[in-house]
Amino acid sequence: MLPPLPDGRVRPAVLAPAAVLSSAATAVDPLDPDVVALAADLLATQRSEPGCVGLAAPQLGVPWRVVSLDVTGHPKARTGHGPMVLANPVVVAATRWERGREGCLSVPDLTGDVKRATRLVLRAVVPGTGEQVEISTDAFEARALQHEVDHLDGMLFLDKVAGAHALHARQVYL
Amino acid sequence: MTSGRVQLVVTVIGRDRPGIIADTTRLLAGLGANLEDSTMSILRGHFAMVLVAAADVTATEAEAALAPLSADGSLQVSVREVPAEAPATPLGATYLVSVHGADRPGIVSAVTAVVAEAGGNVTDLSTRLSGELYVLLAEVDLPAAVDPEQLDRDLVATGLELGVEVSMRVLDPDVL
Ligand SMILES: [Zn+2]
Repeated sequence: MLPPLPDGRVRPAVLAPAAVLSSAATAVDPLDPDVVALAADLLATQRSEPGCVGLAAPQLGVPWRVVSLDVTGHPKARTGHGPMVLANPVVVAATRWERGREGCLSVPDLTGDVKRATRLVLRAVVPGTGEQVEISTDAFEARALQHEVDHLDGMLFLDKVAGAHALHARQVYL
Repeated sequence: MTSGRVQLVVTVIGRDRPGIIADTTRLLAGLGANLEDSTMSILRGHFAMVLVAAADVTATEAEAALAPLSADGSLQVSVREVPAEAPATPLGATYLVSVHGADRPGIVSAVTAVVAEAGGNVTDLSTRLSGELYVLLAEVDLPAAVDPEQLDRDLVATGLELGVEVSMRVLDPDVL
């Protein structure tokens, strides 16, 4: 799920409130060189941010259905598919919902408790190769993928928190 | 003055420091007061607590007993007597209304006005300002006669006027 990519550029993240974060993104041609370049930028930007496990194109200000993800080494991850970039991802099965805390690069000071499926099947296309993939995963990788797909539908975790007191100030780790 | 058990509402507001809850509840325990519901939060660094206690003393007596809390001027404490209420029974379903967008005056009043017009009752509310971003979360009890889809449409329309994102969904209790 990690095709050969050009060198990505680290780009500034768009912060909420921003219209691009609240609008549905459009499907892309995975073989479009601009899409491949965007995938590389997403991965480069994600890697440049400590603690960032995934990024969606709207967070770079681009309303396209492309995400990057890498939960490698995350303590809450069980299954992990390593670094990946995906175009046009679609959730095809989501079961075993559990509440967990998540944050977002575009909402830097808050975290929220969100119910997510802990078993997930997702279909997508790999940018650059056009390969169709089906990913079955669980735990934190499943959570992160749902969070990124939500971005493509114009949804933030703020739209999904579990209650009036499920939003928290992000802890500052020194 | 006292005729048996009364319900007292105690509010404590002021500069946060460790030990406020411990001090407050110790003084209340000294009065033989029994803590019932309470809520406490830190709002922009300010300590804010409201609690309901059953006690055999008047509000004035309780306020006098709690006076040491406000002795250094950093906390304001007030006690009021309230009539004992039967616990409200939820009439319909509980919904969570989420609002987020650029901060501007009037978001809370506009959204809660729409909820009130529909006959919805806000049972829990929190708001946060984080940089430019304002977030409002309100838990709303809706009587069974109220059409949640109509309320959702009205809220979305209000959100468009305010330039903020509004969504509403049913809150299902996690019964484990
Ligand atoms: Zn995010």
